[in-house]
Amino acid sequence: MPQVKFIEFNGTEHVVDASVGESIMVAATSNLVPGIDADCGGECSCATCHVLISAEWQSKLAPRSDQEESMLDLNPDRTDESRLSCQIPMTEELDGITVNLPEFQY
Amino acid sequence: MSEAVQIGPNPYEMPLEDINVSQASLFQTNSHWQYFERLRREDPVHYFNDPLFGPYWSITRFNDIMDIEKNVQQFSSEGGITLADRDESFKTVNFISLDPPRHDVQRKAVTGVVAPTNLAKLEPIIRERAARILDGLPVGEPFNWVDLVSIELTTQMLATLFDFPFEDRRKLTYWSDMATSGARAGGPTPEPVRQAALLECLEVFTGLWNERVNRDPADHFDLITMLANNPDTRNMDPMEYLGNLILLIVGGNDTTRNSISGGIYFMDQNPDQFERVKADHSLIPKMVPEVIRYQTPLAYMRRTATEDVEFRGKTIRAGEKVALWYVSGNRDDTVIDRPDEFIVDRDNPRHHLSFGFGIHRCMGNRLAEMQLRIIWEEILARFDRIEVTGEPERVQSSFVKGYTELPVVVHRR
Ligand code: HEM
Ligand code: FES
Repeated sequence: MPQVKFIEFNGTEHVVDASVGESIMVAATSNLVPGIDADCGGECSCATCHVLISAEWQSKLAPRSDQEESMLDLNPDRTDESRLSCQIPMTEELDGITVNLPEFQY
Repeated sequence: MSEAVQIGPNPYEMPLEDINVSQASLFQTNSHWQYFERLRREDPVHYFNDPLFGPYWSITRFNDIMDIEKNVQQFSSEGGITLADRDESFKTVNFISLDPPRHDVQRKAVTGVVAPTNLAKLEPIIRERAARILDGLPVGEPFNWVDLVSIELTTQMLATLFDFPFEDRRKLTYWSDMATSGARAGGPTPEPVRQAALLECLEVFTGLWNERVNRDPADHFDLITMLANNPDTRNMDPMEYLGNLILLIVGGNDTTRNSISGGIYFMDQNPDQFERVKADHSLIPKMVPEVIRYQTPLAYMRRTATEDVEFRGKTIRAGEKVALWYVSGNRDDTVIDRPDEFIVDRDNPRHHLSFGFGIHRCMGNRLAEMQLRIIWEEILARFDRIEVTGEPERVQSSFVKGYTELPVVVHRR
């Protein structure tokens, strides 16, 4: 199983197994990684699964959809690294991806 | 337990096409539940030509509501958020009734006030004020919880957010009531009275704006200072300013107020659930979103079709109104397990529609939850029981779902 490394805002690391096809959001919530709320359950409609992913790892991801773009855009703290983790399905190629969690979700 | 009491005609015995869920009286008498139940089952995308509001569609299933919330191209917010047509000569504008890109620009300009870091600064003030209100309550004698606690607490909260003159704070409540009780929306307030009240609101807030336009926003976190100093909002015209004020006053007032009252009522009706929270205060953060789901303080939001849309086998024509009935979606048993039950420790308690979803999802949702969490922490620290001594009286509106009266007696620990 590919692995995801989540790093909380305070630096705490969590390495979890993720099934291929499930989203990074689900990998976090099903392993009780704190810092992702995911109120809408993965519908790209709440933006409370906001995470930060480096440009290097982002180059392996599909670009943001219009819907993801419009939800992220409501966040005043959004950066180039911002993604909605429910919109990123896990693949073998993403094994070892580092996902940083923001200070808080809006 | 289910709240489905039936007063008046039985919705299962009337022709489907006669079902009109937008009647304020259905909500005032708490008899709307079976109407929505029938629509969810038999006609989830339902058309009715209303004498007051004109033709409108009712969307009643959870996932259909979600789909329309996401589809901002075909379902616009710019026609207004309630079924009532707006008076074109008195048109307030704010971002809840704007589409992108203007919506996004305005929302981003004010979102900072409810950033969790700002909320953390507000928490001790809110707690202190909640404690003072609760400590001042008469013990062992009946009073109206809505007035002494729910209204007072949310009003004080709002005064804090706006840094509004504290002694005049009940004006905020008055304006909020005026904004939502208009005759056009099926409420009791005649339109001229409503407009006069809102113009007074504008006048008072224009005074505050003028005082604060030269304040340093780094030292003042109130909303008016933020709006007056942000480049994206500082040039708002008066009706736009008024619109945004009303949005924040109503958004932060009625909804939270009714969630506070609703929680008291639900706990009284479900003593087993109350005992669980009493025994384990760490359930409060899960119980709060459940109260908000169960109450659904805003029964619906409206959208307007921008073009003809085929939706679940029906054709919604360009220009037609569409009501997204959160109050119904929140009881959709295909998405929420045992939705008619009030359960304080649900697995995904925030998976409800009371705050909407998509780009208009409630900006104040974390603030509202924080207020409710604090009040419940303070209630449980003091009281053994809040006994509801009679049936609540409910607001006459199909939009704002809430209470005008909740008779209680409080019992100390
Ligand atoms: C339990 C309390 C509350 C409930 C149930 C509630 C409900 C809602 C709903 C249903 C919407 C529209 C969502 C949609 O169209 O998808 C909304 C939007 C909004 N709410 Fe709340 N609200 C609450 C508390 C608050 C508070 C405390 C504030 C104060 C800051 C607030 C400010 C707003 C604003 C500014 C919007 C417009 C967002 C936009 O259009 O982008 N709300 N709220
Ligand atoms: S879980 Fe709601 S947007 Fe990702």
